[in-house]
Amino acid sequence: MFDNLKIMWHQGKQFIPDVTTAKVPGIFRGRPVISNKNVDETALEEICPTHAISKGPVRIDLGKCTFCGECAIQFPNKIRFTSDYKISSNEREKLIIIEGDENPILVNPDLIRKEIHRLFGGSLKLRQVSAAGDNSCEWELNASNNVQFDVSRFGIDFVASPRHADGIVITGPISENMAEPLERCYHAVPDPKIIILAGTDAISGGIFADSPALDRSFLSKYHIDLYIPGNPVHPLTFINGVLSLLRKI
Amino acid sequence: MNYISIHNNQSIALKDIPEHAYTMFMETNIALMKGNPARHCVNYFGYSAADKIKLICCIADDDLHEIFVSSTVVDKGYQLPSFTAKNHNFEKFEREIHENFGVKYSDHPWLKPMRYAHNRADKNEKIENYPFYQVESEELHEVGVGPIHAGVIEPGHFRFICNGEQIMHLEIQLGYQHRGIEQLFIQKKKLLERTTLAENIAGDTTVGHTTAFVNLWESLCGYTPDRSLQFSRTLALELERMAIHTGDLAAICADIAYQLGNSVYGRLRTPIVNYFQEWGGNRLAKGLIRAGKINYPFSEELATRLNTVLNTYEPDFEEITKKFFKLPSALSRMEKTGVVSYEQIYEIGTVGMAARMNGLCRDIRFSHPHDMYGSSIVHTPIIKHHGDVYSRAQIRREEIRQSMTYARKLITEVPEFKKPENFTLNPGKGMFAISLVEGWRGEICHCAITDQEGDLMVYKVKDPSHHNWMALAQAVRSNEISDFPICNKSFNLSYCGHDL
Ligand code: SF4
Repeated sequence: MFDNLKIMWHQGKQFIPDVTTAKVPGIFRGRPVISNKNVDETALEEICPTHAISKGPVRIDLGKCTFCGECAIQFPNKIRFTSDYKISSNEREKLIIIEGDENPILVNPDLIRKEIHRLFGGSLKLRQVSAAGDNSCEWELNASNNVQFDVSRFGIDFVASPRHADGIVITGPISENMAEPLERCYHAVPDPKIIILAGTDAISGGIFADSPALDRSFLSKYHIDLYIPGNPVHPLTFINGVLSLLRKI
Repeated sequence: MNYISIHNNQSIALKDIPEHAYTMFMETNIALMKGNPARHCVNYFGYSAADKIKLICCIADDDLHEIFVSSTVVDKGYQLPSFTAKNHNFEKFEREIHENFGVKYSDHPWLKPMRYAHNRADKNEKIENYPFYQVESEELHEVGVGPIHAGVIEPGHFRFICNGEQIMHLEIQLGYQHRGIEQLFIQKKKLLERTTLAENIAGDTTVGHTTAFVNLWESLCGYTPDRSLQFSRTLALELERMAIHTGDLAAICADIAYQLGNSVYGRLRTPIVNYFQEWGGNRLAKGLIRAGKINYPFSEELATRLNTVLNTYEPDFEEITKKFFKLPSALSRMEKTGVVSYEQIYEIGTVGMAARMNGLCRDIRFSHPHDMYGSSIVHTPIIKHHGDVYSRAQIRREEIRQSMTYARKLITEVPEFKKPENFTLNPGKGMFAISLVEGWRGEICHCAITDQEGDLMVYKVKDPSHHNWMALAQAVRSNEISDFPICNKSFNLSYCGHDL
């Protein structure tokens, strides 16, 4: 008993008091900024393993970027990754960063369905579906609810059954073998419901985009409510993305 | 000689691998393995060559620190006697060869689909029709779990046959995670694309798989990595082990409802993964390991910082560990739960923790050392002898301490780092290369073959989970079904690493 109390005492305060303003340690690769410097754009475009970079003007699509950092290493004057982890949006095009653009990425409040705030504003239960995810995004989603990030303080939780859920969070590029279980899981969630894509693999297929082993037809059938980039998504990116969708921040 | 003997990270000309008729090939490999626990099959795979199939078998000898490679060519659709009938180590490998190339085996005891790969020989085989083992009985019942599980984890289907609460049999059906990785290695031509693929084989083993890839690639290209690259890979491997083992202890605590342990171990993982972010900008070390360079050079400042991180981690880790490993209610859930005997793991051919949990010494850091193992780090494998959840938890506890010691030792001598520079690395023509790495789960094996132009022709990945899933299926027999989660967590195997 006293041991337990001692252990608890020694932990001190672990939780991050404000997850909307917390700073991430080190050299985190968050929202990139592209300068107006002239560089060999073709060479720059060529570097990217997932065709996230396009030219004229130079753009980076965070829905495709694996955040490998190579472009910034080779063209440090052109591309710089900031530690801004708030990179989620409910508009796919907003994930594309254009040369000279230093504005934050936002969730557009006008496009959020009315019932989302009304029904899920106080409590959002999510069912996670890993559809060929590599267990890195899954890992970070679990971390979102450890004692430090503690996403459940906002009433946001992962639940065991789709029937208890208000929506699904998809990770992974969606393999052919997971296409049907994903569809079934989605249908088991009662209406109204939301779909969140967590991680680059889910948003665009990432490095697997042109694999013949995928079946991403699910995504063209339903409305996607939130895109959360990252490889994997950082817990703070996830938490802030969902909070903006619920209009809590 | 019926085989060629090579060592870890060695490249040889493909034509130097002896090729024999199938019977001779089979007898050679079966004889090599017979009655010698120091020998195990690290890879056995096929590929299409003209209209035939070439099979390559790699047996590692842990005492001699060598790998014996041999080959054969067989006709498509031919029926062959199986290795598996004589040695169960080959069970999965032959299922894979059967699934991908339609090779029929006359006497394979468990010739079921392995992962329903998109390029499987028989497209009529569908994942929803997997032929589960069934028992006709009025007293037994089946429990199906998955592919989607209750937690935030990867998909796979578990089918239990139970007598009341007791598990009689568990069959694990995988394949849901199949992304066609091995084919993508061939399809994609750029080094960074391939490195990114390696990083995504299993995101929880980013360092392990990427190290296997870069070591292999450098060997194929005749490039010798300098001390700074070897230093980074070794240090990153040990930190990855620490981070995941710590998280695993948290997960084990969660499954026995020991909330304090779950919280403390869970939060102790954070400083280690955050350290990866300080070093390379990513909590799971994606972007860190590269062939021929490192984009995020290590420095004295990072060394000092790591020292601080470890010094703060250690007392908290030891405090909770002292409590957890003495707590009667925790011990009663772990001891004698999920036992796998030495005979069973030897028969299955498990690797890594799933071997060391019961007296089978399999640890690449010791047996086929690479990078700074065997020189700066002389590794002693941690071996336990009960094969239960407790043994698997103990291994983690002791390996965390060991990794801390190794990390501290490594940073006393930070080598000089060069600026990251890109240069072309060209693989040799008509080569075969093999790379073994001890990831936190166990032995990772990558093999590659180049064609006459030096283009990649075959890429083969074997995750430690390849063998180890069968050990989990054996572990739960005669246990209560309510103990399945803790057994599963104590193995923490990879779905995507298996499905590729
Ligand atoms: S950081 Fe993103 S945009 Fe830059 S090269 Fe890597 S994947 Fe491409």
